[in-house]
Amino acid sequence: MGITSRGFSGRRSATDVKLPPGQYLTTDFPVLSAGPTPHVPLDRWEFTINEGTDVLRRWDWKSFRDLPTEKFTADLHCVTRWSKLGTSWEGVSLDTMFADVKTDAPYALVHSYGDYTTNLPLDDLMNKQAWIAFRFDDEDLPPEHGGPARLLVPHLYLWKSAKWVRGITLMHEDEPGFWESLGYHNYGDPWREQRYSGDE
Amino acid sequence: MWRVGTVVAFHDETATARTITLEVPDWPGHIAGQHVDVRLTASDGYSAVRSYSIASAPNSEGRVELTVERLPNGEVSPYLTQEVAVSDRLELRGPIGGWFVWRTQQTEPIQLVAGGSGIVPLMAMIRSRISAGGTAPLRLLYSVREPGAIFYRAELQALSNKDNPVTVTYAYTRATPKDWPRPPGRIDAALIANATWPSNVGPTCYVCGPTSFVETAAGFLAGLGNSPDKIRTERFGPTGDRK
Repeated sequence: MGITSRGFSGRRSATDVKLPPGQYLTTDFPVLSAGPTPHVPLDRWEFTINEGTDVLRRWDWKSFRDLPTEKFTADLHCVTRWSKLGTSWEGVSLDTMFADVKTDAPYALVHSYGDYTTNLPLDDLMNKQAWIAFRFDDEDLPPEHGGPARLLVPHLYLWKSAKWVRGITLMHEDEPGFWESLGYHNYGDPWREQRYSGDE
Repeated sequence: MWRVGTVVAFHDETATARTITLEVPDWPGHIAGQHVDVRLTASDGYSAVRSYSIASAPNSEGRVELTVERLPNGEVSPYLTQEVAVSDRLELRGPIGGWFVWRTQQTEPIQLVAGGSGIVPLMAMIRSRISAGGTAPLRLLYSVREPGAIFYRAELQALSNKDNPVTVTYAYTRATPKDWPRPPGRIDAALIANATWPSNVGPTCYVCGPTSFVETAAGFLAGLGNSPDKIRTERFGPTGDRK
């Protein structure tokens, strides 16, 4: 426990929901991005699973949207400390997209339009833990929230859920992504409060 | 690691914003644009943490200035802007952030675009540029609700009056000073085009403010030919206690 702040009582959550340590509940949906919002026309959109120059799978928007989709709800935890619970999405499970992919690479680097990247173990993208989402609250995903399509991997801090995704590179060596190179934690588990590099 | 800072001074910037000066003995130094996490703890152990941008230039005295805007339903900002007194101790963690920063060795023109309290990290950049000397020319476009909402008014006035290389353009969204040429309104493409560096001089642009402001301003800057990788943004939503 830290030093006591004279006269501070705080505003505790009225609900009994359990949040990860250091998070507070919000009902709106703040936008956080490092640069301008890319606008990606659907006729030029594509998504690949690759091992660098070796493309294992490729979809254009039409073939991507022909994949079976799932509706799911997710609790979002942003490293800037807001959490938003029970958000409604529609997307394609990465289990579906990786169905025919054979790889022994244990790491993934996710790439976005606008050159954002984020890294995570491939295992964290598998087994009903991650989706490429294109609808939020029954509406097409707006560009500022990552449309036309974003990764959603809600068990990690939200910076791992890359907006404007265009592909996943499978790698034998881990490689830090954008925020992971700029002082944020390599893995980012909100329940272990892995915010910044140096957090255990 | 949480550090303890002692409040050594504070003053109000506007009716709703206060600058707090902290002395942090083990402060490791910071880069303009970085922020800190501030933790308040109640007597029963309950704590709340929010992020605030650092307003002061890097310095060797272990002093950190934060300017905090009071949010109507905020949990931490009302305490910081109304309760805190000199000699109070606050816990902070940081400095944090390695992207929305201006480093003193940068020499290219700097374009700062602030909406409301988004001025805070940009002010740290201006102060850093002035105190370090250097050659980077600097322009600031600062959009505020009304004249009374301007932070750091006298300091900005002095910097843009003298031979200092800072050009400040104000824009007002609700109420303007008397005889102001531009009617009150949100920033638009023409204003951005007139008040910012031409893209061919290769400025690095830093845009900070509420989400919709940043979205608009960054979009116009990109539309004027600035490369997206030269436009750095920091946004705070309605919930963000940031700043």
